[in-house]
Amino acid sequence: MEARIKLENVSFTYEEAEEPALKNVSLQIMPGEFVAVLGHNGSGKSTLAKLLNALFIPTEGTVTVCGMDTKIEEKTLPVRQRAGMIFQNPDNQIVSSIVKEDVAFGLENMGIPTEEMLPRIESALSAVHMNEFADKAPHMLSGGQKQRVAIAGVLAMEPDVIIADESTAMLDPSGRKEVLDTVRRLNRQKGITVVWITHFMEEAAQADRVVVVSDGQVVRDGKPQQVFEEIDTMRQLHLNVPHMTELAHQLREAGMPLPHGILTVEEMAEEVMKLLCPSK
Amino acid sequence: MLKDITMGQYYPGDSFVHRLDPRMKIVLTVMMIVAVFMVHSLVGYALVLAFVYWITKLATIPFKLLMKGIKPLRFILILTFLLNLLFSNGDTVWWQWSFITITKEGLTQAIHYSLRLMFLVVGTSLLTLTTSPVSLADGLELLLSPLKKVHFPAHELAMMMTIALRFIPTLLEEADKIMKAQMARGADFESGNLFARAKAMVPLLVPLFVSAFRRAGDLAMAMEARCYHGGENRTRLRVLKITRNDWLAFAVMWGLIALIVVEGIVL
Amino acid sequence: MPIEVKNLTHTYSAGSAFQATAIRNVNLTIEEGEFIAVIGHTGSGKSTLVQHLNGLLKPTEGQILVDGEDLNGEKVDRRRIRQKVGLVFQYPEYQLFEETVAKDIAFGPKNQGLSADEIDSRVHKAMEQVHLDYAKYAERSPFELSGGQMRRVAIAGVLAMQPKVLILDEPTAGLDPQGRDRILGMVKELHQAGDTTVVMVSHSMDDVARLATRLVVMSRGELVATGTPREIFKQVKMMESIGLGVPEAAKLCNMLRQRGVQLPDDLYQMEEARDAILARWKEVR
Repeated sequence: MEARIKLENVSFTYEEAEEPALKNVSLQIMPGEFVAVLGHNGSGKSTLAKLLNALFIPTEGTVTVCGMDTKIEEKTLPVRQRAGMIFQNPDNQIVSSIVKEDVAFGLENMGIPTEEMLPRIESALSAVHMNEFADKAPHMLSGGQKQRVAIAGVLAMEPDVIIADESTAMLDPSGRKEVLDTVRRLNRQKGITVVWITHFMEEAAQADRVVVVSDGQVVRDGKPQQVFEEIDTMRQLHLNVPHMTELAHQLREAGMPLPHGILTVEEMAEEVMKLLCPSK
Repeated sequence: MLKDITMGQYYPGDSFVHRLDPRMKIVLTVMMIVAVFMVHSLVGYALVLAFVYWITKLATIPFKLLMKGIKPLRFILILTFLLNLLFSNGDTVWWQWSFITITKEGLTQAIHYSLRLMFLVVGTSLLTLTTSPVSLADGLELLLSPLKKVHFPAHELAMMMTIALRFIPTLLEEADKIMKAQMARGADFESGNLFARAKAMVPLLVPLFVSAFRRAGDLAMAMEARCYHGGENRTRLRVLKITRNDWLAFAVMWGLIALIVVEGIVL
Repeated sequence: MPIEVKNLTHTYSAGSAFQATAIRNVNLTIEEGEFIAVIGHTGSGKSTLVQHLNGLLKPTEGQILVDGEDLNGEKVDRRRIRQKVGLVFQYPEYQLFEETVAKDIAFGPKNQGLSADEIDSRVHKAMEQVHLDYAKYAERSPFELSGGQMRRVAIAGVLAMQPKVLILDEPTAGLDPQGRDRILGMVKELHQAGDTTVVMVSHSMDDVARLATRLVVMSRGELVATGTPREIFKQVKMMESIGLGVPEAAKLCNMLRQRGVQLPDDLYQMEEARDAILARWKEVR
């Protein structure tokens, strides 16, 4: 199977910056994967996101999205159509003052005939459960709802990949859950590949795969259960690990033979029960 | 505080007037303003007023709401009236003191100018009250699009309007928040003379501008990410169609103009 | 300096079509030296509540008494009270406006009419409190700093007024774990230094579990519960029913208890949970 996204020795330096923001990064993301990119502020994770839909062009190396080299100018629009992006600030990515018109924005840019637009908008809005808000003004919506409108705007363009660049950073816990659940559902049901940029370890723990970025480089890449087991490494990178992973670690140190890879409260309860009431 | 300001107030509805094509409504508004400038007698103004009243009934807009639109302009109206009354020349002098002269012609002119100004506001309010800002932007873009041939940026202008409409509530909310935050630091926006008050606005305006620029940068990137590349080869969700009702309204407006002309000749 | 909230109700745009009651009949007394965490969903009325505490919002009904004085009484100088009750808004970095960090922090004290020397010493102290090196940052433009640093400058701007009560509305929103820990550490130090009462609005049950001496739980505009973290986090069902949940340690212990493990019913800190589970395990073995 061909990779949806492929980075080969990619470096990126901002104009007027001395140090590159990304250094020699190589990475492959396969169709249907849900990959979390985890890193603290300034680690280079947002730069990475913007390289994935041709908003930035690598200073060195090659980024290939759905088989297209992002450096080639004629490919810019097709790349952006197939790899849609949602951003951090829910307010600053909605263009129109009516929800359904905002969802139409990408379609209008792509030159989709008018009669095809309405069904596409409808199905995109229903995929994010925002149908009833089609005629509402975005500024009346909650943060999580605005982000779902942004997702619908991307979805209407029928992308293969959704890149979420810290799309939950400004939301409250319920908004965060709302948005993450929506994207996870789209990943499972429609097979859309997801690149989920975040600094919340709870979110990364729900991904199929976690890529940890620090100082412009990929420092860890693996299943969340493996990556979060390295508690000390994560600390050094100014990142947290799930509370339960840490608790399991402490209990193991104290002698309890708990297995590795515990991330959630449910998993923890299960394993502890096995030790405390082996008969059940 | 700032949230109470209503901008481009649209009064949602589904009346005959609401359903007219925005392009036609813009044309009709211009025609009505021209008609007002053709009026030369009080009977004529009464005619226009009756017409406006009829439109508000047709559009199911409270007439009071329309009149409220004039309120912010009352100082300008009074000023226009006074300037014309006190400083225009005429033959029939009624009263004179130093450089102030009140003449019969001055009074007539004062009434004309302030009434015209009032109807100008009323006419445009009728347009904005019955047309959603989005369709207004659509209408403007399409009306101006023939000018694209001479490189007039019709699409860009309409896009700017759309974005401005989208961000006005956001920025008002933000201004409200910044104002409160500065008040929490002891800022005083309410007392002092004009100069002191203007100076007190700096802690509000600087963060507001910084934020507006940041938002603009973010938005530009978000638009690009959704394949925005200017107006070329762009399709539209909303397609405007001129219907029989639009032509009917057009005819009615010609009727009004005709009445005014006739009235001008007869009286 | 206690703050009493009596029968407070606030209705936005009262009398208009958009009328909405944000908080209803809230009663609360904030004693000197407390660290109160106000928790609740977006729209639960948390922010509306705290904006009443320094008179930025006026009650539709009810009273706020600061040190026994009615905040909305006639002839009350609200600006003077705002110096005693400092409020740090959400995303406070968006209020910075001066050319230099020092000037921005001096804005509050200047409005208080303090002498130049006093202002200078307060700016020094406030920067120390938020862990920003004066020599390094005082003369820099706040707009050149990182997001986390800007936020600390903004907090220093309120601290420089030396409020008796410090209110923070979600001070860690949008920050990464490192930035979050920095701010929370700072707030903790301030409270422990002894002369500041802290009221913090927060979404994170784990943060408030570590810091607060008392929790105030808001839901749909009403104050539904108040008590120590131990008292509140015991009520797992109630907290889940209003969609807030409890810290993971409390959730785990509750889950184990339901499955028959004998554990105390009021554990909410990770260390407590660890020790209790270990104790059970040693017994079983």
